[in-house]
Amino acid sequence: MNARAQTLLWAVQRASAAVLGVCVAVHLATMVYAIRGGLSAAEILSRTQGSAGWFAFYSTFVLAVSVHAPIGLRSVLAEWLGWHGRGRDAALLALAMLLAVLGMRAVFGVFL
Amino acid sequence: MIGPAGHTGTWAAWVHRVSGILLTLFLPVHFYALGSTLESAAAFDALLVWTRHPLIKFSEWGIVVMLAAHLGGGLRVLALEFLPWRDWQKGLAAAAAAFALVVGLAFALGL
Repeated sequence: MNARAQTLLWAVQRASAAVLGVCVAVHLATMVYAIRGGLSAAEILSRTQGSAGWFAFYSTFVLAVSVHAPIGLRSVLAEWLGWHGRGRDAALLALAMLLAVLGMRAVFGVFL
Repeated sequence: MIGPAGHTGTWAAWVHRVSGILLTLFLPVHFYALGSTLESAAAFDALLVWTRHPLIKFSEWGIVVMLAAHLGGGLRVLALEFLPWRDWQKGLAAAAAAFALVVGLAFALGL
């Protein structure tokens, strides 16, 4: 991969990190709040179903993490397993797509 | 790159990396479970009964702590890379650890 593409991945990783910083903080606060008195499907769905705000939030969260996790794993695979090249990047692209599809399926599951 | 042994920054980099890997492994399971069970409230509530097992609760707590640690460590990285160097930034690894501890305690209190 050329230097320009490497730089782009670095920038995307930092940009997604900044988005995720906000998302994770909201997610942690929501979890600590929501688990008081025990969770239930009814309680979660009453918060999320038909809520455009939560739909936008979780969609942003899922898409940002679908980009962030594979790019992070890319360095780990290179440094710890010595796995470079197109095979690795194809596997990471597949991981990104898996996270995006499963994540959006869950988002639609709580919204619809 | 991880760094020299025994250095605070090395510890922070290890925690950041390991938590990132474990969170990445957890995410497909998390999404799949939510996507499959929330279609029916009964199925989701059955999953919640399963999560009351002490070992599962402890794992959940561990994931929450790792998420907080990864957030704290990530903010540290962003501060080191994008802000001009200041002496207070030496305390960021400790601040990230303290933040993960606070979130872990807050979550444990609600369990």
